[in-house]
Amino acid sequence: MNSPSSARTTSRSRPRGLLSPIGLLGWAGFILVILLAAFICSGLGTFKTSYGSIIRLWFKPFVPGIADDTGDTLSYIVLHVRLARICLALLVGGALALAGAVYQGVLLNPLADPFTLGISTGAAFGASVAILFGLGGVHLMGISILPAAAFLGALLALYAVYLLGSVEGRINLVTIVLAGIIVSTFLSAMISLLKSLNEESVSTIVFWIMGSLSGKSWTHVLLVLPYIAAGAIFILCFTRELDLLSLGDIQAQQLGVNVQRVRFQLLLAASLVTAVAVAVSGIIGFVGLVIPHLVRLALGPGHRRLIPAAIAAGGFLVLVSDTIARTILPGGAEIPVGVVTAIIGGPFFCYLLLRRKQMLRLR
Amino acid sequence: MLPAPAQKTDAPPALAVSELSCGYAGTEVLKRISFTVQKGEFTAILGPNGAGKSTLVLALSGVIPLKGGTIEILGRELGRLSPKERARRIAVLNQDSELRFPFSCREVVAMARYPHRKRWQMEAPGDGEAVDRALTLTDTREIADRLISEVSGGERQRALMAKSLAQETPILLLDEAVSGMDVHRKLQLFGVLDELNRTENLTVLAVLHDINLAALFCRRMIFLKEGAIVADGETDEALTPNILEEVYRTRVMVQKIESIPGKKQVVFLP
Repeated sequence: MNSPSSARTTSRSRPRGLLSPIGLLGWAGFILVILLAAFICSGLGTFKTSYGSIIRLWFKPFVPGIADDTGDTLSYIVLHVRLARICLALLVGGALALAGAVYQGVLLNPLADPFTLGISTGAAFGASVAILFGLGGVHLMGISILPAAAFLGALLALYAVYLLGSVEGRINLVTIVLAGIIVSTFLSAMISLLKSLNEESVSTIVFWIMGSLSGKSWTHVLLVLPYIAAGAIFILCFTRELDLLSLGDIQAQQLGVNVQRVRFQLLLAASLVTAVAVAVSGIIGFVGLVIPHLVRLALGPGHRRLIPAAIAAGGFLVLVSDTIARTILPGGAEIPVGVVTAIIGGPFFCYLLLRRKQMLRLR
Repeated sequence: MLPAPAQKTDAPPALAVSELSCGYAGTEVLKRISFTVQKGEFTAILGPNGAGKSTLVLALSGVIPLKGGTIEILGRELGRLSPKERARRIAVLNQDSELRFPFSCREVVAMARYPHRKRWQMEAPGDGEAVDRALTLTDTREIADRLISEVSGGERQRALMAKSLAQETPILLLDEAVSGMDVHRKLQLFGVLDELNRTENLTVLAVLHDINLAALFCRRMIFLKEGAIVADGETDEALTPNILEEVYRTRVMVQKIESIPGKKQVVFLP
């Protein structure tokens, strides 16, 4: 066999990780693409405006007097309605993709995501109950109760799915998704029932179950931002453990991972992130499922890169989908954003399934 | 490799197992077994299927809880070691591993550096060297950048061996780790272990099915049967027809190999 000295000379010191030059370039590219998408999307909509005035409005806080000639209505639409909605779309999409990546990594199941596990529906159910009892606008110590209710709903769903989907205390890969679908279907029927009892129109129910960012403002952005940021930072501390979990429980444990505790903490964090996203947007499917697979195909399975890239890509997908949802119908009517993500995501996932079964490692 | 543990005696044994009982819900697989492995030993754990060999490996590596007795690893009780501390002392090479995501072989080997790092440490000092050395020792440098899901079974097993070596522990457990390998690779890997055992005092405890492989490399044999130790001694003394017939319930013939003095081989007779 080779001697150790010859080994060292042939060793490639490939720069890896987030802070290598190539990595930094990649992240800069990501951010640029998202900024560009945000810019383009903010110009689309029923209220027509020029991109020149959007640039001037965006830079108004930094360059005083640059946008004095633009009207108040335009300023309100660009800076409050559209920009807030764009930021919320990025946050919600990032949160869903982040949660999907964690669920897939923790449960070692390529079909796991907030939607298929029933977590999204659980969160929506929790939020619906809170709204039904008139707690939607209630604040406890300055914190809105809605994300907490959604989180409780998500935990309830997670617990139910875990109970139904585990065989002899171990999570079974097939039954857990089956359990997720059962829980999800049941809870989404319950949501419809609750909303009907509350005499809300069918369209509100549909927008809630299929997801919508319609009419959301900076208040909502500020409501979800701390939770999603905290969840993302927490999960980013566990990227190495997520990698090791893919070796299976026994080997991960033998390498020094406290498997039970790490899995529990990560499931909680992912569920929290899902819950707050759902609390403001309703149930948006497919983002958490498709994005992690896509990123894994492009960047490999290492979670150190997968997690941040999934957040960025998820945000991008929901931003584009939401822009389509609010502009595709003539006359200012909107369709649920979940419809768009499903229409984009469904066929794409079929393509992945058919062409790349090996890469997805579905067995 | 390891910060010298607080020494009571001159050198605490690598493994001290005392009255160990453990098993799964309802069944007790290991029944009050005791043995001690000194540093630098090369020991085989042998026995028929269901004897409790794999359970012993899981217990020693802290995967399943003990029902009774104690395990000390290099002088510290297993239960008082944190998972990472334990993983810095003891590495396990398993029979096979089902990897869910397409990592490259090098990435899998590098995972073994986990117990040496702190949370925010991108790379601990010596990580690259340990990985390179493990790849070289196991002859897996050529497949390092291929996906672990795409290499052959034997290559994957060598990559996992590299992973265990990159963990740089003073103790290495093997659980049927070479069962699927061809003769050449088996001998090659055990040659590497033998060399590490002699030059770096690596303590090896190998669960093996292949008794003749054990007879060639292991200097001590522990025979397990139905959760109890039937025989434990130096290979030369333990490898007798009496013991083997008791353990395996099969007629055997033990032969000396003329070309390698001191080594014996076993033939099972129909």
